[in-house]
Parts: sequence; C-alpha cells; structure tokens
Amino acid sequence: MPEPLPDFEAGQAIAPTGAGGGTDLALTEAETLEGRPAPGPLGSGPGEKPRSLWSDAWRDLRRNPVFVVSGLIILFLVVISIWPSLIASGNPLQCDLAKAQEGSQPGHPFGFNGQGCDVYTRTVYGARASVTVGVCATLGVALLGSFLGGLAGFFGGTGDAVLSRVTDIFFGIPVLLGGLVLLSVVTSTTVWPVIGFMVLLGWPQISRIARGSVITVKQNDYVHAARALGASNTRMLLRHIAPNAVAPVIVVATIALGTYISLEATLSYLGVGLKPPTVSWGIDISAASPYIRNAPHMLLWPAGALAITVLAFIMLGDAVRDALDPKLR
Amino acid sequence: MGRYVIRRLLQMIPVFFGATLLIFLMVNVMGDPIQGLCGQRQCDPATAARLRQEFGLDKPVWQQYLTYMGNVFTGDFGTAFNGQPVTELMADAFPVTLRLTLVAIFFEIVIGITLGVLTGLRRGRPVDTSVLLLTLVVISVPTFVTGLLLQFLLGVEWGIIKPAVSPAATLDELIVPGLVLASVSLAYVTRLTRTAIAENARADYVRTARAKGLPRRRIVTRHLLRNSLIPVVTFIGADIGALMGGAIVTERIFNIHGVGYQLYQGIVRQNTQTVVGFVTILVLIFLIANLLVDLLYAVLDPRIRYA
Repeated sequence: MPEPLPDFEAGQAIAPTGAGGGTDLALTEAETLEGRPAPGPLGSGPGEKPRSLWSDAWRDLRRNPVFVVSGLIILFLVVISIWPSLIASGNPLQCDLAKAQEGSQPGHPFGFNGQGCDVYTRTVYGARASVTVGVCATLGVALLGSFLGGLAGFFGGTGDAVLSRVTDIFFGIPVLLGGLVLLSVVTSTTVWPVIGFMVLLGWPQISRIARGSVITVKQNDYVHAARALGASNTRMLLRHIAPNAVAPVIVVATIALGTYISLEATLSYLGVGLKPPTVSWGIDISAASPYIRNAPHMLLWPAGALAITVLAFIMLGDAVRDALDPKLR
Repeated sequence: MGRYVIRRLLQMIPVFFGATLLIFLMVNVMGDPIQGLCGQRQCDPATAARLRQEFGLDKPVWQQYLTYMGNVFTGDFGTAFNGQPVTELMADAFPVTLRLTLVAIFFEIVIGITLGVLTGLRRGRPVDTSVLLLTLVVISVPTFVTGLLLQFLLGVEWGIIKPAVSPAATLDELIVPGLVLASVSLAYVTRLTRTAIAENARADYVRTARAKGLPRRRIVTRHLLRNSLIPVVTFIGADIGALMGGAIVTERIFNIHGVGYQLYQGIVRQNTQTVVGFVTILVLIFLIANLLVDLLYAVLDPRIRYA
C-alpha cells in the first residue's frame, strides 16, 4: 500500500530534494543523447539503456495495481462525464412528482429522489460537474501556482519575499469560510465561479511546493553549467529547471484533485457551490439529507459515487507519488 | 530564541492585516448589507441612506476597514444588525466551538497516534494494510457525508445519541460531532505517525536501546515515540485553526450553535460585522497556533536552534 500521503500535509514538501536530486543523473544523460538521431538503436543493449525518471515512473506505475484500478475508475468517470447517455438513457431533469422518494424498481435501479427524478440517471450525469470542477480547478491551480512559485524561487529577492507573505495571507483564510463569503453572491448556474474560487484559494499550496522545488533544483551543477555557457533565464527555467522541479507539483496536484471534488460537493451541500439545474452529487446529497430517515437511497447513491471518485483520485495521487519519489525506491 | 519570537511576531502583523483586509473586501463584494436588513422587500431610499450613514457604509472601503480595525483594537467588534454586540455573540459561540475542537483534537491524539504506532510497528502485516485502507476511505468520504451517515445511524436508527446537540453543547453531546470533525485529520495523523515510526524504528539509537536490553515498551515510549511525534505535533497544531474554521459543516449537521453556525447565519443574512469579526478572531487563532507549533518544535527537537 502507498503510505506517505501525509508528508506534504504537514508542510514538509514531499520531495523537492528527492525528485531534484534523483533527476540529476537522468537529465545529464538525456542531454548527452540530445542531437543524436535515434537513441534506441544506439543503446548498448536491452536493460542497459539509461532510463529517465519519467519512463522509470511509468514502468513502476503500470505494475502498481493501485494505479491500474484507480486509473480505470477515472477513465470510466471521464468517459461517462463526456457521454453520460452511454449508460443512462433517461433525462436527469425529467421528473415525475408522483414517484417522489420511491425506491428501486425495474428500469430505475436506484429509485427516485424527492422530486421524482431518477436517481440512477442523476448519479451518472452528476459525474460531469465533479470531474469538470476537479480537472479545471487543478489545472488552474497548478499552472498559476507553479508559474508564480517557480519565478519566485528562481529570482528570489523582493518578489519572493512578497509572494511568501501573500501565500501566508491566503493560508490564514479558512477555505470553507472564504467559499461561503465569496460564492454566496454568485447567481450563475455554471461551474466557473466555483472553479475560479478554488484557483483563487488553492494556488498558494502549489506555489509553495513549486518554489521549494525550484530552489533545490537551481543549485544543481547542470544549472550552473548552463548559466556559465550563457543560457538565458528563460532557457534555464524551461529546459533545465522546469522538467526537474515539476514532479512534486504533479504529485500534490493529483491528490488535490480529489480534495477539490470533495470541496465542490461540500460547498454545494452548504448551498453556495453549484446550483440547479446543474446536476451535482453535492446538490443531490444536500437535497436528500432531510429525508434520510424515510428514503436513505436518495442520499446513499450520490454519496457513494462521490466517495468512489474522490478515493480514485487520491489513490492515483498516492501511486504517482510512490513512482516519482526516488527516496522510496 | 527571544529574537526569533519577536521576528515571528513582526511577521505575523502583515499577514494578519492582509488576511483581514481580504475578508473585508470579500464581504464587501458579498452584497449590500442594508438590502439584507430589509429582507425581501425593496428598502425605503431615505431609510437606507440614513442607515448607510449610521453604519458608516457611505465611506470608501479602505476607510471603513481602518475605522473597523481601530475599533477592534479597543475591543469593539461592532454591532450585529439585530442590535446585539458581536462580542456577545462571540462569547456564546467560541466556547462551544472550542469544546468541539478540543474533543476533535483529543480523538486525533488518542486514536490517531495509537493506530499510527500500532501500524508503524507492524508494517506490511494485515493490521497495517487494513488500517491504511480505512484511512484512505475516511479521507475520501467528505466530512458532511460521514456526519450525515453517523447522525442517521447512531442518532436516528440505533438511538445511541441525540441527533441534534442542545444549545448548552455539553462535552458528552459533542463526542460524535467531534469524531466527525476529526475524521479526516485523524486519518492523516495515523498515516503521519505510521510513516515516522516505521522510519525511526530502523534508526541506530533504537538498535542501541535494544542492544542495551531495554524492554520493548520503554524503547517505544521513550525513544521511538518522542522522536517520531515531531511532525505529528506540527500537523495537529496547524490543524487547530483549520478545525475551528472547518467546523461549519459539522455544526450545521448537528445543529451546534458555535462559530460555524454564527458565521453561516451572518453570511446568509449578509451581516458583515459578524462575519468580519469572527473571521478576524479565527485568523488570529490560526496564526498564534502556528507560532506555538514552531516554538514547540525547538523544545521537542534540540537539534533545532533559533537564532
């Protein structure tokens, strides 16, 4: 089982050191290979070809059952969030009040919710909102956070000091509270305000990780060598530092994806997240919670789907961390 | 050490003002508090203008912020729009949430560290694997789902606890809500302790202690635990602030009239004074908790010296 999940939670950034140090060798080797026509035929023999951190990680991942299982679940989720009609023929917004709160029956395996909508169809269609919010928020947070954190770590100085204080400020604001305050005015029924809010409050986490990681990597010899050869800042950042500093960011971002999905549902439960007619597990759980005594199925199905989704993403992040953290090898 | 404390205190000042200003701005974006006061009806323009002047809402935002902060430092957190001083609301709400947080922290320490030590010493065994799986599940199920399910099972189906907490919110009523609030952090504490114990169990000093013939119990409690708990203490300390802010969901499920409840009411009714006041205190608690953790760090780990 993958275990070191809590490391970064305690603020000891997972492995900027490890990943940076571990990639050293791999990159220098990749650099020497650069320019040669095809590295494959030139390699001395099978098994002796130097592998990069990434191909190493990918080899590890394919053999990890946790990765395979969570990957398949996520693939399934992505497919049904793009084409929900593949496995659900009904319309999630077509409801029949006469059937409200009724349990399972032929053709409607999960029963009906308080409005008489088919719970199965709504649970399937709910995947779209969760996956969209999770993926978009993570992409936004990762891009903004690594851009700001990376620049701060590379250039240091006043900008770095200011950014560090700004991240401190954002860390001082409880997430749910900020969400309640900011999102309570939003009337839009799209997913974008929720995503925007998550990017706004989430980037400091990635920014810290990226900053630490860049600071570790930029002290490596190959960076000094590149500088001595007259490489520009942009080239050093993009060609030498970014590929070696990105591993911790990827790990934290993957695990964060699961927590963003969970956060979206929590905000929707509090009534400030997504809004109907968007179909979301959080909204359905919230709507079902007063009737849990009479019709628990209305709550259990969307809650189960939510839990499995978050679990899949967190397990994926755990597996990716195991593969990318050379200290554990 | 003294210089370090002073430097940290000085660093806290901009963070404190930044965070409160940010919340102040957010609340201002939140909407017109006067309209919130009038409810669903349209406000009488003359009354609205008079109220605006009375509450100082006609001034620019930065001026409102400065006035507000000036008042806060004299202990005046303003008046909620129902005429009750915000400090009075705080005096009712904070003890309740503090009790809830303490119950949660208690569970984190007792259950989390016990499970962490048990699994860390039995790495790879069935106990270890099953506890790890369990923590993964606990982390994955959002707190509000855990809360609703426990309330349903324990409170409604089996009748072991009362589904809703009385306004007095005594400790025994807060056991299940505290467990719900602690659940995710508890899983993290378990994993953190497990990793640290497993790592330190291979350390030289543990082998030395074993070679000296010390009983296993003493090795674990005196040598292993003391060294392994440093990251755990950091996590728990930083968690105090997060728990108090995150109590909104738990308090809403179990109808606990604490900080989360008051904040939720304040936000729904667009009661700016309440929201800003409570958040200011929460930010302060969070910052102080982090400072204390950093200082505690030096006490636990003599290798860390602050210049």
